[in-house]
Amino acid sequence: MTKGMIIQAQPGGLMEVAMLDDFFTRALLAGIGVAAVAGPLGCFIVWRRMAYFGDTMAHSALLGVAVSLLLSLNLTAGVFAVAALVSAALIILQRRRALSSDSLLGILSHSTLALGLVMVAAMSWVRIDLMGLLFGDILAVSKLDLAMVYGGGVLVLAALIYLWRPLLAGTVSEEVAEAEGLSPRVSQFAFMLLMAAVIAIAMRIVGVLLITSLLIIPAATARRFAATPEQMAVMAAFVGILAAVGGLFGSLNYDTPSGPSIVVAALVIFLISMAPLRNRALKGGQKP
Amino acid sequence: MLDASRTAAPLVSLSGAGVFRNGRWLVRGVDMTIRPGEIVTLIGPNGSGKSTTARMATGILKPDEGSVSQRAALRIGYVPQRLAIDRSLPLSVSRLMRLTGPTPHEKIHTSLAAAGVAHLENAQVHDLSGGEFQRVLLARAIAQEPDLLVLDEPVQGVDFNGEVAMYELIGIIRDRVGCGVLLISHDLHVVMAATDTVICLNGHVCCSGSPENVAASEEYRSLFGARAAEAVAFYRHQHDHTHLPDGRVKHADGSITEHCHPEDGHHDHGHDQGHDHSGAAGRANGGGHA
Repeated sequence: MTKGMIIQAQPGGLMEVAMLDDFFTRALLAGIGVAAVAGPLGCFIVWRRMAYFGDTMAHSALLGVAVSLLLSLNLTAGVFAVAALVSAALIILQRRRALSSDSLLGILSHSTLALGLVMVAAMSWVRIDLMGLLFGDILAVSKLDLAMVYGGGVLVLAALIYLWRPLLAGTVSEEVAEAEGLSPRVSQFAFMLLMAAVIAIAMRIVGVLLITSLLIIPAATARRFAATPEQMAVMAAFVGILAAVGGLFGSLNYDTPSGPSIVVAALVIFLISMAPLRNRALKGGQKP
Repeated sequence: MLDASRTAAPLVSLSGAGVFRNGRWLVRGVDMTIRPGEIVTLIGPNGSGKSTTARMATGILKPDEGSVSQRAALRIGYVPQRLAIDRSLPLSVSRLMRLTGPTPHEKIHTSLAAAGVAHLENAQVHDLSGGEFQRVLLARAIAQEPDLLVLDEPVQGVDFNGEVAMYELIGIIRDRVGCGVLLISHDLHVVMAATDTVICLNGHVCCSGSPENVAASEEYRSLFGARAAEAVAFYRHQHDHTHLPDGRVKHADGSITEHCHPEDGHHDHGHDQGHDHSGAAGRANGGGHA
């Protein structure tokens, strides 16, 4: 819809280029915004060993899409709500201790994904780009999405900064944080809501199946260069931005799906980051 | 120290406090008071309710019976049993010191120095040995200028000499900072010597009082059996000298002689403690440089 307006505004010959520029610029901006938020948040997922948890929440996003289509809700709101519900369900089930977290995550992760896929397929009256949902679609990024990425992103980052101390203290030791008057449980729950928010806004760009990698790979890359948690968070944001930009250009050039392209770019940066460290280790090893 | 602390208002007091979980009492009927400058030790077998009692004192657990009252705006410094910090988390010692609250740089430095680990300020926590890490954790807790220092088995994974040094250090810090100390321990020997009041738990308070009284009590002996007698012996000889494996005697000032001196305090505790602390400060620093 917005594309139409822009085509009219441009003089004839430049029409296609301008249109391309516009959706690609939007995709780039969205990718940068998502990566800047996913990096710092992803650090906590790495530190707390919550990778599988992140995956589960991300997979539940498809169920969120199906539910919001069924009830004609806003897609982002629906995805956020379902992801938050799934994480709450997980916390409650974990307290019962009937099954290990591992098994619970496995059950929730794949059943929400399957449920979402079945529901989406069953709703024959809605046309839906399943591939776009699963792997991300740069073409799908509207101006509203962009506003959502930046508006939501700023809120998430602000909340993360506010929660930083109790969250980090709770990551190092829940006991210490609790005894010294912080409330690690409250901040942990808030953190899960932030994750649900990031999944809701990142889904369009990287797709449901690959969101977790955008959280984890930049953080893992930053680990090798950071001396403090704060450094790691900032570096993870920049690594993520680099991956988003590189991946989206790759996606444009080779006509590959945007999500996997960004993840491949992140992987390449991760692999490159390992090389100098290995050299350094070798040099260190040569010394007596 | 003790006389002054008897008159001061208590930091924490529990009266008849108990916690009920999953159909049973984890601990009940606990009476405990910790005043500024006082070292209170909870001892007892595993599952006797030591940690539960400590968690009531810190306010993490609400008692299901009895009451717990904390002095208003009580600052607690907590030294956990152990910390498993994931290697993916880059954490320098100086950053760990600021974990739960903003801490000025001088405070970080003096606290690390007080624990004898000033040289580790820029090290990564993953590179520390067990003993170094325990000292850093202690430094972290005191850097928060706590009114009450709570230590949950602070000598796990520390060798025997480290254990002695650790308890001496806790005594020194108590003297310097003037905070109350709540120690949790299941090992009897060293901790008995370094404490003002011992509370012996086994689901309830078996006995409590000065370490001498507790060590001599019937309940204590029946709870710990042969180990109890050992602890009594150790307690009597601990304060200012250590018997080395070869039979010689190491004194608090570091000198080594063939036998105990007649003036070595086996019984006169008031005198011994002063003696002990000055010597321990030297030893703690020495250990830090090693």
